[in-house]
Amino acid sequence: MPLITDPHLESPDDFYEALIAAHDGLDEAGSHALNARLVLLLANHVGTLDVLREALAAARAGLKAGAP
Amino acid sequence: MADDVDFQARTFDYVPHADQRAATPARRPVAIVGAGPVGLSLAIDLAQRGIPVVVLDNDNRLSTGSRAICFAKRTLEIFDRLGVGDRMVAKGVSWNVGKVFLRDEQVYRFDLLPEAGHERPAFINLQQYYVEGYLAERAAQLPLIDLRWRNEVVATQPHADRVTLTIATPDGEYRLAADHVVACDGSRSAVRRHLGLESRGRTFRDRFLIADVRMDIEAPAERWFWFDPAFHPNQSVLLHRQPDGVWRIDFQLGWDADPEHEKKPENIVPRVKALLAHSPAMKDAEFTLEWASVYTFACMRMDSFRHARVLFAGDAAHGVSPFGARGANSGVQDADNLGWKLAAVIQGRAPDALLDTYAREREAAADENIRHSTRATDFITPKSAASRLFRDAVLALAKTQPFARTLVNSGRLSTPATLRDSPLNTPDADAFAGAMRPGAAAADARVTRADGRDDWLLRQLGDGFTALVSHDAALGRALHGVEVGGFALKVVAIGGDGLVDRDGDVARRYDLQPGTVVLLRPDAHVCARWRSPARAQVEAALRRALAAAQETTPCL
Repeated sequence: MPLITDPHLESPDDFYEALIAAHDGLDEAGSHALNARLVLLLANHVGTLDVLREALAAARAGLKAGAP
Repeated sequence: MADDVDFQARTFDYVPHADQRAATPARRPVAIVGAGPVGLSLAIDLAQRGIPVVVLDNDNRLSTGSRAICFAKRTLEIFDRLGVGDRMVAKGVSWNVGKVFLRDEQVYRFDLLPEAGHERPAFINLQQYYVEGYLAERAAQLPLIDLRWRNEVVATQPHADRVTLTIATPDGEYRLAADHVVACDGSRSAVRRHLGLESRGRTFRDRFLIADVRMDIEAPAERWFWFDPAFHPNQSVLLHRQPDGVWRIDFQLGWDADPEHEKKPENIVPRVKALLAHSPAMKDAEFTLEWASVYTFACMRMDSFRHARVLFAGDAAHGVSPFGARGANSGVQDADNLGWKLAAVIQGRAPDALLDTYAREREAAADENIRHSTRATDFITPKSAASRLFRDAVLALAKTQPFARTLVNSGRLSTPATLRDSPLNTPDADAFAGAMRPGAAAADARVTRADGRDDWLLRQLGDGFTALVSHDAALGRALHGVEVGGFALKVVAIGGDGLVDRDGDVARRYDLQPGTVVLLRPDAHVCARWRSPARAQVEAALRRALAAAQETTPCL
C-alpha cells in the first residue's frame, strides 16, 4: 500500500489545533522531544517499512543539506 | 572439578624445528598465521579432517587480559565439534538475559534464548585467555598440528603454486612454503600488510574504558547496560560477569578523553566505586583491578577475504564494534566455514572454486555483522543532534510503550549469519515455513536416541554432510550409500526406528512432514530441503554444495 497523500484526515482543523496545543508550554527542546516521540508512535502505527520510507522521502523533499 | 589453570602466566616454549635448517624451504599444505581463537579453531578443524597444519604465532603467550569475553551459542556448538565445548561451558558463566537501564530505571529486558530445547545457552562469558588456552591444549592433542611459538611471519611472497613465508625466530629467519596460507593474525594483520591490502570502513570517534575488577558480590548472570546513569552521566556503561569473580565494566568516555590518563588505576578506581555505590547489592564490595584498557574501534572489512592462495579470517579480514559480541564469534564462524572447504580442496574432493565461496559467504556475513554493529554504535553514541533526539525519545517511550523497546539498541547480540545468497544452496522447490531455510545454521533440539538415551540433535551430525530424514524409512534407505566427492552422506532418521523427536522441536524448527529431507553441510548450515526427494536430487544438491554443480548437466 503506497503512502496516502490524498486527504485522509477525519477532521483536519481539529487535528491541527490538537497538534499545536500539544506543544503548549514546552520550550524548544521539549517541542523537539514531543515531535520525535510523535514520529515514533505514528511510525509504529503505520508499521510498513516501504510506506515509512516514502513518507521520509516526501518529508525530506525540498530540504537542502545545511538549510535552516 | 575445578578448572583454574593460570593461563595468564602460561608461556609456551619455543622449540626449534628442522624446517629452520632446511636448504630449500619445506613445503606444507597449510600454514595458519596467528594462534588466537580463530587460528586455533581452524587448525583443530583441519587436523580433525586429516590435514596437517603448521600454526605460526609471533608470541609465546595467550591473550593478555580478558579481551573477547562473550561467546555465542553458535560458537559453542562449533567448539563442541572441535572437542572443547564442554570445558568452555563448564568454566564459563552462562547467560541469556540482558537488561537495559535509562538513568536508574529499567526500560527493557530481553531474553536471547526464550525457548527450551537447546543444549547451549545464548552466551557464555569467558576470558579470551581461557578460550585460547583450552583450544591450545586441544591442539596439542592432535599430532597433525605443528604449533610454532615465537615464529613471526615477516614476509609473505605469493607464487602461482605456493606461498612462501619468511619467519623470524629466536634462532634467526627461515623460509617455509605452503600451498595455502590462512591469515588469522588480527586487526593489524602482518600478512595483509605484506600483500599491500587493507581493511576499509568507518572509524568511530569515541573512546571506551574496559575495567576488569575482581570482587565478591551476589548478582545475577545477566548483561546490564546503562544509558546515561547517574554514576557516569551522559555516557553508557556495560556490566558483564566473568568466571573467577571477575566483572567486566565498560565505560564510554567520549572522544576527548585522554587514554593515558584514563588507564591509570587512580582514575579507574573512582569510576568503579561510583558504579558500585549506586547499587544496594554492590555498594560495600571490595574490589581489585585485574586489567584495564582504553580502546576505540572501527567497522571495516577487506574487499575480498581470498587472494588466490592466501585467505583471511577473523579480525584480519573484518572488524566491528564490541557491542553485540560479533568480533571473536564471527571469526570462529569464519574458521568453521573455511575448515571443511579447505580440507576438501586439499584432498582433491572439491574444485578450487569452493574456496571462493568461503570468501563470498563470510564477506556477506561480515556485512551483516558490520550493519548490526554500526546501528548499535549509532544508537549508543549518537553522531548528530537529531540522532540524539530520537535516541532519547526511544528511551523515554520505552518505559511505557512496548513498541519502543524493539528500537532500543544496546548491541544486537551475535547470531549466526544465514547464508541466503550462497551459490552452494539449492533453492527451495517445495513450500516450507520456518527459519531453517537454505543457508541457515542448523537449530538444536532435544532427541532420544535409538538406545533410549537423551541427546541433542546437533550431536548426531556427521563430520561431512548429513541428511535429516523425517518419518520415511524407505526414503532413508534409498539415501544410504550416497557419496559425492568422497563425502559419504550420513542419514539421520527422525521418527520410526531413528531419533525420537521427544518434544516435537525438530519437526517444528525444521518444518518436517513425513518424507521431508533437510541436507546439512559439514559446518551445519542447511543447504537444501525437500518434501520427498529422489536420490538424484540429493546427489545434485551435494555436488552443488561442493561447488561442483557444473559437472552435473542433466544431458549427461
